Amino acid sequence: MSSDQTDKLKTRILDALENNHPVKIVGGNSKAFLGRKPVSDNEINTRVHNGIISYEPGELTLTARSGTPLKEIEAVLTDHNQMLAFEPPHFGDGATLGGTIACNLSGPRRPYSGAARDFVLGTRIINGKGEVLRFGGEVIKNVAGYDVSRLMTGAMGTLGLILDVSLKVLPRPETEITRSFEFKPGEAIAQMNAWAGQSLPVSATCFYDGRLYLRLSGSKSATLSAAQRMGGEPVLNPDRFWIDLREHSLPFFESDRLLWRFSLPGITEPLSASDAPMLIEWGGSQRWCFSSLPPAEIHQMLESVGGHATQFRHHNGISEVYHPLKPVIKLLHRNLKNAFDPNNILNPGQQYLEI
Amino acid sequence: MSMVSADYSIIFSPPQRDAIASALRQLLPEDCILLKKEDLGPYSCDGLSVYRQLPLAAVLPKTVEQVQAVVRYCHQQTIPIVPRGSGTGLSGGALPHHQGILLNLGRLNKILDIDIDARSCRVQPGVRNLAVSDAVRPQGLYYAPDPSSQIACTIGGNIAENSGGVHCLKYGLTVHNVMQIKLVLANGELATIGSGALDAPGYDLLALVTGSEGLLGIVVEATLKLLPVPEHAQVLMAAFDDVVKAGNAVGDVIAAGIIPAGMEMMDHMAIGAAEDFVNAGYPKEAQALLLCELDGTREEVEDGISQVKALMMSAGASTLRVSEDNQQRSRLWAGRKAAFPAIGRISPDYYCMDGTIPRNQLPHVLSRMQELSAHYGLRVANVFHAGDGNLHPLILFDANKSGELQKAEQFGSDILQMCIEAGGTITGEHGVGMEKLNNMCSQFAPAELEQFHAVKQAFDPNHILNPGKAVPTLHRCAEFGAMHVHEGKLPFPDLPRF
Ligand SMILES: Cc1cc2nc3c(=O)[nH]c(=O)nc-3n(C[C@H](O)[C@H](O)[C@H](O)COP(=O)(O)OP(=O)(O)OC[C@H]3O[C@@H](n4cnc5c(N)ncnc54)[C@H](O)[C@@H]3O)c2cc1C
Repeated sequence: MSSDQTDKLKTRILDALENNHPVKIVGGNSKAFLGRKPVSDNEINTRVHNGIISYEPGELTLTARSGTPLKEIEAVLTDHNQMLAFEPPHFGDGATLGGTIACNLSGPRRPYSGAARDFVLGTRIINGKGEVLRFGGEVIKNVAGYDVSRLMTGAMGTLGLILDVSLKVLPRPETEITRSFEFKPGEAIAQMNAWAGQSLPVSATCFYDGRLYLRLSGSKSATLSAAQRMGGEPVLNPDRFWIDLREHSLPFFESDRLLWRFSLPGITEPLSASDAPMLIEWGGSQRWCFSSLPPAEIHQMLESVGGHATQFRHHNGISEVYHPLKPVIKLLHRNLKNAFDPNNILNPGQQYLEI
Repeated sequence: MSMVSADYSIIFSPPQRDAIASALRQLLPEDCILLKKEDLGPYSCDGLSVYRQLPLAAVLPKTVEQVQAVVRYCHQQTIPIVPRGSGTGLSGGALPHHQGILLNLGRLNKILDIDIDARSCRVQPGVRNLAVSDAVRPQGLYYAPDPSSQIACTIGGNIAENSGGVHCLKYGLTVHNVMQIKLVLANGELATIGSGALDAPGYDLLALVTGSEGLLGIVVEATLKLLPVPEHAQVLMAAFDDVVKAGNAVGDVIAAGIIPAGMEMMDHMAIGAAEDFVNAGYPKEAQALLLCELDGTREEVEDGISQVKALMMSAGASTLRVSEDNQQRSRLWAGRKAAFPAIGRISPDYYCMDGTIPRNQLPHVLSRMQELSAHYGLRVANVFHAGDGNLHPLILFDANKSGELQKAEQFGSDILQMCIEAGGTITGEHGVGMEKLNNMCSQFAPAELEQFHAVKQAFDPNHILNPGKAVPTLHRCAEFGAMHVHEGKLPFPDLPRF
């Protein structure tokens, strides 16, 4: 079931180049709602290129082809009592590794363990010239050459088609304990940050509907003693709660209105961007809300606190959905796009209109 | 060293020294400009002192605006600029350009802001690494990346090299601990990269710039992530009569689901030199020594230490010792921390290498290294960030003996080649700089090097920022005649090497 389709994918890119027919790169299509709508129907599906290439539990490294289902990777890791510590959301059954990395999506553990980009050690890619290139490697420490692998992470396929990814993996914690507390939003944010400033095994935090949820992960003794010190109430089916949060299947997310993601300094006081309540997670650094305020107003509000905003779901996919870039940064983006994809054939416009 | 030769894809013809001097005087106060040979001398090399070169001039700006003014001028006149922090780099990254200006960032050395609640601080690039942790320790916080050079090296240099330290298996490298930087671009413009949040919109420019060795921009400010000082930390020392056993013990600890805060290994020669130097209490007869530090809550550490102890015993440790208090902990670490100077005492010169390998390749790589040592007639000592596979072989030589420097250099190059063949890399944390340009030709294929050059072009079209470092030209690679190791497979794998 494992299959290396590098040559085939490369041929597709070369054909696209020759015919000047931009491609839209698709994995499991689970994240099609993210970003702007593809301008091209010339689909390249990476699912044909799949399989775990190497997994060395003792080295904490795993390398797999981009079309490998995330589920398959997680199952293999679980067998060895390890995990992807960035706790990636799947957002659908068929989520692949490549899509996960291209979108740089991370789950509840993000502020305490790191984002997808923090665990990427190396990639093999096809750039917009149809060249197969390898950057980084399969070792944890490596500073030879620019960090192109992390640049690919979150670039939404606009700089290269990701062929293989090498990741650092981590042991699963021995125990996890979840507690919840009654709080007002402002206090909850202060409390999340106070916890993060102490030597405590916190691995996830979330506030909504008047309750602050806290997950502790680590050795049995450490989590038990921390839970005792911190108090709070046990939560029914805690694993389900954190999965539902990660997958946006908590009742909070049930709406067809435009869903905004705010990324901002965790200590920022509660913002009022809508009449609807907000879900606050990542120690205050990631907040979700349904808002019909004009985008410009939201962008301004976020900039004033040092953050940025994304139209995450239920946007029209035609106007810009990501936070506008400063002119000097935009120019660097354009230059980099030109460095990797001079003919603009890889997912053009999917992240920003001009790249 | 023999290999130091210019690798400039473009030929500079900057204005003469006098013209540069008078232009600089328009931009900076007199006391920020150095032009005399004797004043420039201290900047002629970094920590890799076998490479030496005087710049045309050195500048020591006191403000970001002054940095911008100098860069803008150099951009207009196409004058090479080499940024420099403390010059502790070990790959010749801060080696001056003979036609260029050395930009010393050491006077931008203020901690601008400490935000205890947000657990971050904003610093200028010339702030020393340790000064950050010192400043925030009273608040129970610290900055995690801790290169052994942390008393001296700067945050700007750390970002340029993506420096690591003994704690990076658990707490990450510089790239994992920097939130935002202000970067003076090649045209003198100021760009803010990253954000005060956990991510920023668009491409991950922060990761791209981290580790770019001063080739993509000048770091003039950084916002660093701070962590709470762990409630408790203990270190366990385990000695082994065989390096293979020690290597396996490291694997056993990780396989048991423990991520140590630090996991360091030393070989027989390094143990002896360190013990003679600082009396850390290491058993000198041991063939390998492991220092395994655990931190976290008290319960977590105590449980972990007893687990590690049991694992080390069954892996065949001949001596085990656990620190009972912070004083004992410091003493056990003292030997490892003094390993480089300790080697300096037993040899007139040493050459510090920096490759990474998958840890399971350790026995093989170490025994090949012994063969090479015999072949070159040079001793080698090994200190090893064992948790993440980062090797630091120290090649002992005497620069006063004719030919030894060249032999040491060739030995070093062979070691790096071996790291590539073992599935690793030619540099784990010290960077490519001037030193490893040729080895880059082995690690990367021509198209990959071309892609790096295209990235450089995107940031610095005139190639004025630290030109000729970090990425070799294809022309150089052709001359060097390196065999690119493709996917870990050498051409003609059956032919004997070395
Ligand atoms: C005894 C010893 C032990 C060491 N241990 C470690 C270790 O454990 N881990 C580790 O990673 N390294 C280690 N090093 C290497 C070195 O200390 C690091 O690379 C350090 O980050 C260099 O900092 P610096 O301020 O001295 O930079 P410099 O040596 O001055 O410069 C290093 C590079 O950064 C560039 N640069 C400097 N400042 C800036 C800036 N503001 N903007 C853009 N570019 C800039 C320079 O051009 C150069 O390319 C060690 C060195 C020594 C001598």
